[in-house]
Amino acid sequence: MPQKTYKAGVKDYRENYWTPDYTPLDTDLLACFKIVPQAGVPREEIAAAVAAESSTGTWTTVWTDMLTDIDYYKGRAYRIEPVPGDNTAFYAFVAYPIDLFEEGSVVNVLTSLVGNVFGFKALRSLRLEDLRFPIAYVMTCGGPPNGIQVERDRLNKYGRAFLGCTIKPKLGLSAKNYGMAVYECLRGGLDFTKDDENVNSQPFMRWRHRFEFVMEAVLKAQAETGERKGHYLNVTAATPEEMYKRAEFAKELGAPIIMHDYLTGGLCANTGLANWCRDNGMLLHIHRAMHAVLDRNPYHGIHFRVLVKCLRLSGGDHLHSGTVVGKLEGDRNATLGWIDTMRESFIPENRARGLFFDQDWGSMPGVMPVASGGIHVWHIPALVNIFGDDSCLQFGGGTLGHPWGNAAGATANRVALEACTDARNQGRQIEREGKEVLTEAAQHSPELKIAMETWKEVKFEFDTVDKLDVG
Amino acid sequence: MDEIKPYKATERKGETFSYLPPFTPEKIRKHIAYMIAQGWSPAIEHTEPEKSYSNFWYLWKLPFFGEKSVEKVMAEIEACHRGNLGHVVRLTGFDNYTQCRGTAFIVHRSGR
Repeated sequence: MPQKTYKAGVKDYRENYWTPDYTPLDTDLLACFKIVPQAGVPREEIAAAVAAESSTGTWTTVWTDMLTDIDYYKGRAYRIEPVPGDNTAFYAFVAYPIDLFEEGSVVNVLTSLVGNVFGFKALRSLRLEDLRFPIAYVMTCGGPPNGIQVERDRLNKYGRAFLGCTIKPKLGLSAKNYGMAVYECLRGGLDFTKDDENVNSQPFMRWRHRFEFVMEAVLKAQAETGERKGHYLNVTAATPEEMYKRAEFAKELGAPIIMHDYLTGGLCANTGLANWCRDNGMLLHIHRAMHAVLDRNPYHGIHFRVLVKCLRLSGGDHLHSGTVVGKLEGDRNATLGWIDTMRESFIPENRARGLFFDQDWGSMPGVMPVASGGIHVWHIPALVNIFGDDSCLQFGGGTLGHPWGNAAGATANRVALEACTDARNQGRQIEREGKEVLTEAAQHSPELKIAMETWKEVKFEFDTVDKLDVG
Repeated sequence: MDEIKPYKATERKGETFSYLPPFTPEKIRKHIAYMIAQGWSPAIEHTEPEKSYSNFWYLWKLPFFGEKSVEKVMAEIEACHRGNLGHVVRLTGFDNYTQCRGTAFIVHRSGR
């Protein structure tokens, strides 16, 4: 075998890392980056630089490269494409050999792929648009501790979406008053209530007191309604030790579900907690605080569909997905793309929904999308149409803001959801006939009738900031 | 201030569609047709009201695998109800693809 010789100095990245003839392997991890280069840097060179800096390369030649099979381990930029309707940016596709990543560690994948490379000076901006995890890598990860089907069986709820509510005000309630708000929601017909993500263990309400009062509320509402109920007890904490302590206590009280904030808490903590949930028969609701810092800018950061894939691998049974129609950002087609990515076992490439690769999850369970943020009864026809049954619709203000209180608010939402689901099954076009469907249902439900009057004018019609790239 | 209407004492409910008025036979027929169109196998379960919290109810015969006739399923619901007066009767659609139940809802509420 001919030996290369070592020559110190700086080479163009593209000499080693731009490989347009390369055919990606089924075992490669594939990435699509959106790149805006600094002026005057050729596209192939900057694509190669991204491949290099996110894998084996550094800015200069080093002699130790020659002790290994660097051509095997390197990431390869194998394709560039224009971004439709934008000539400042382009897409670079990079293939990484599976050996670069520790098995079962989303942490390790992200450290490489969204590490130093994002601060690289030759880039004006960089965004990780999508990832294809090879099935061989997927199989090394634990994934959702339970999945949608197991959750349905445990909670005995079929043929409709789940209904939830985040307890407000999100900060400042005492534990007992908080438990009262939970009880009123659940006895009125909700399936779940939720700790706001900001609620951890503050001086006004320490976690242990909250857990005790909330579980009393859950168990009483369950006994009275004959339906299974839950409250997402937030176990997100300052340290993993504290997080596990809270999870153990939730289990001791008979809680069916706990909650974690996977980005602020971190993927290491999240993966550990998902494993704990799998071992302890606990459902895991995942909040996504900080996601918009990473995913909202169309030119820099990490697209939410990548964060979705990371969470499905790390583990969680619910994940917030946006609502399309509520107060928080979310393009409809892009949202459909990432809710498929949460729930389905194989999702084909579909540029119209922002999906750059086929993604095969094999037998890994799905994650239930959670639609939450500024939604109320008038949105339910659209939500049932967009999200289908395998979702959790959460009305915070839309329950607690009801003029007659939480129980009436819960009933209004439950009646509206069941009426829309019923109408859909009867073959009606619920998004178009939404008003009629709700008005008919309100004839039997004064709670729904007054909710419809209260919120009839509330809409959130702002333009989406992070749009799909179309010409 | 607008009048606030008090919320009643909590009522016992029965999961999906139990917050709507009881379904008419015509509505039940459409739900059965929907179930069959989804490729689910209709099945009937019943129980004494006091045992209804359990996951497991008495299975009436077997799930009606491959049944395409809405009327046959309706007749079975009626037969189950008549043979078990006072029981709650539930219609379930088994989805063998997801290995879950596609839907399940009560068609005869207790005492009716």
